[in-house]
Amino acid sequence: MKIEVKNVTKRYADQLALNNVSLQVPEQSIYGLLGPNGAGKTTLIRILNQITGPDTGQVLIDGEPLRPQHIERIGYLPEERGLYKKMKVGEQAVYLAQLKGISKSEAEKRLKVWFEKFQITGWWNKTVEELSKGMQQKVQFITTVIHEPDILIFDEPFSGFDPINANLLKESILELREKGATILLSTHNMSSVEELCDSISLINKGEKILEGKVADIRRQHRTSTHEITVSADNRQPIMALTDDFNLKIENGELADTLKITFVGDSPKELLTRIMDFGTLVSYQEILPSMNDIFIEEVQSKNAQP
Amino acid sequence: MNKIGLIIRREYLTRVKKRSFIIMTFLGPLLIAAVYIIPILLALHGNNDKHTIAVVDQSHWFERQFTNTETQTFIRLDDISIDSTKKLVQMGMYDIALYIPETQLNIPSSAVLYSMKQVPMNVEDHIKDVMKNEIQVQKLLASGVDPDILENIKTSISLSVIRMDEEGGEKETFTEVQFILGMVLAVLIYMFIMMFGGQVMQGVFEEKSSRIIEVIVSSVKPFQLMMGKVIGVSLVALTQFVMWILLTGVIYVGFSTAVGISQPSPVGSGTVMTEQIDATNIMDNETVQHIVSIAQSINFGQVIIGFILFFLLGYLLYATMFAAIGSIVDNNTDSQQFTLPVTVPLIIGMLSAIYIVNAPDGNLALWMSMIPFTSPIVMMVRIPFGVPIWQIAVSVVLLIATFIAMTWVAAKIYRTGILMYGKKLSYKELFKWLKY
Repeated sequence: MKIEVKNVTKRYADQLALNNVSLQVPEQSIYGLLGPNGAGKTTLIRILNQITGPDTGQVLIDGEPLRPQHIERIGYLPEERGLYKKMKVGEQAVYLAQLKGISKSEAEKRLKVWFEKFQITGWWNKTVEELSKGMQQKVQFITTVIHEPDILIFDEPFSGFDPINANLLKESILELREKGATILLSTHNMSSVEELCDSISLINKGEKILEGKVADIRRQHRTSTHEITVSADNRQPIMALTDDFNLKIENGELADTLKITFVGDSPKELLTRIMDFGTLVSYQEILPSMNDIFIEEVQSKNAQP
Repeated sequence: MNKIGLIIRREYLTRVKKRSFIIMTFLGPLLIAAVYIIPILLALHGNNDKHTIAVVDQSHWFERQFTNTETQTFIRLDDISIDSTKKLVQMGMYDIALYIPETQLNIPSSAVLYSMKQVPMNVEDHIKDVMKNEIQVQKLLASGVDPDILENIKTSISLSVIRMDEEGGEKETFTEVQFILGMVLAVLIYMFIMMFGGQVMQGVFEEKSSRIIEVIVSSVKPFQLMMGKVIGVSLVALTQFVMWILLTGVIYVGFSTAVGISQPSPVGSGTVMTEQIDATNIMDNETVQHIVSIAQSINFGQVIIGFILFFLLGYLLYATMFAAIGSIVDNNTDSQQFTLPVTVPLIIGMLSAIYIVNAPDGNLALWMSMIPFTSPIVMMVRIPFGVPIWQIAVSVVLLIATFIAMTWVAAKIYRTGILMYGKKLSYKELFKWLKY
């Protein structure tokens, strides 16, 4: 399902949480919702979940305004996780599924599959407080997706997971997209944004400052920086190239290599010159990481008066 | 609506399955039972111990007065010195030695009991009574009064209180019974509102502090969750109440058959029983008559319906307030500031009930039984004495209206409060939430 957020404004007593924010979340994609702490992400997520409503503006799901019936089509994993501590894991998962409109028998059937996939079958009759934190996170994730929602909202889904389980989770998220889900991912973990997200938007102080496909954004933010690794017996001629080009030369990772960083539009001439003096090991254009883009965008916005 | 059902079911089942609930369910009736069983047991067993009492009456005033009873055998040893008698007690021939020393001029007014064990109260009392009676008679004779005259002067007044109604009907009233019934019902309502209102607050607080609240409110409306919890807990309260009545009944009947006491109709149980325990071995016609007229003096239909109505409405009113409080506190110590304003009217109701029970038709009683926050308790005190239907109706309507208004307020506070963390709240701020 496609989500459109149109000119949404939300004001709390003393602050503007969202200021005229519009977003387009394409169908069957993973959409990163980024922004510093307190930017208004949680408010936006709560509006999508109909926990709270916008002051002005509207949210459209597949072109129609958000209705109470949409709730059953949404799965939400909040940043602050929580389960009933004294309730049994299985019982609780069934209850939460029932609240999303799944029948008891159907919920049990689906839960069995997920419990096996996440290797927590033996924990069905344990109370939540007996579980380790990672285990609780798994249960929480399962209860989020159990009703096979068309829209999934994950707020910091990877926190509290070890690398192995984080991978399991990533695979599951990608699988869910393949099955047709539209996924909204809010996270501060930028490497997972690069790995998973098709497109993102960046929110700062209640305003959207950036939106687009991850690949496009990174390309737009390119700084024409190129990295060349070369292996040469005689380093002198290469060092001399700094006179003609804007270069930075360091020792490479291997003993006989040099790492050359070049800022400029066309590396073609430089490359041919280098190849006269040594063997080219690698060449790549350095695209800025989402991390860099995040910091740069937010800081430049905050620097403005 | 189906979702409210799910919530009610969960709230109910998790609570009913709790060990503390099961323990309370069984312990409650046992405690109630203990209150009336122990005195009966004591009364029965205290009388069963037999005592042989050696009487050394050196004053010779009490020649024939100490007659044997079922449990006390008196043996006169007037010729033996008290020291020898004490030895006999030590040897175990007698349980107790009663020594009345010789007096020169006056009628004796003191005596000594010697025993190896604690002398039972009833033995002491019996001896005191016998001596007192005899001495009184002797003193009367000494001042020239015939003891029979005194006997004739003693009068007991039987005062019947008849309450008349407009149609000219008359009904005898039994203030003590109504007093006790009213107080018991008021205490029950107070206790249940405090206990289960507290459970609602605790439940909301747990959901908030365990952070599951955000998951739940992304599935159901906060209002549904709040009402589901309030209703679920009310069913728990009703279950506990019904179980207590049933179990108390079972224990009562079981005990009665075991001990072999014939019981008056269950109406009088627990209230008038204690005074009558000694007399209930064989019930005479008069007692039956008495109990029947007590039963007729109270409109039990009104009492039962009134209790259910005021209990449920009172609980609902307070439970929604407790839910709102649970939603705005971040930690348990915080809750004091907000629970106080809620519990104070309840406590005022309970305290005024103690005065109102003496003047159930007074002005204070009328007003307190109309004000919705105190009416559940105060009205329950009044109902056994008989309250005009229109007053009950007005009180119930006011209570329902307040409940609806309070639910609206509580829902507003709850909706905002459950998702608010780490913020110190003032009443001013809460007031603002109402406008969201």
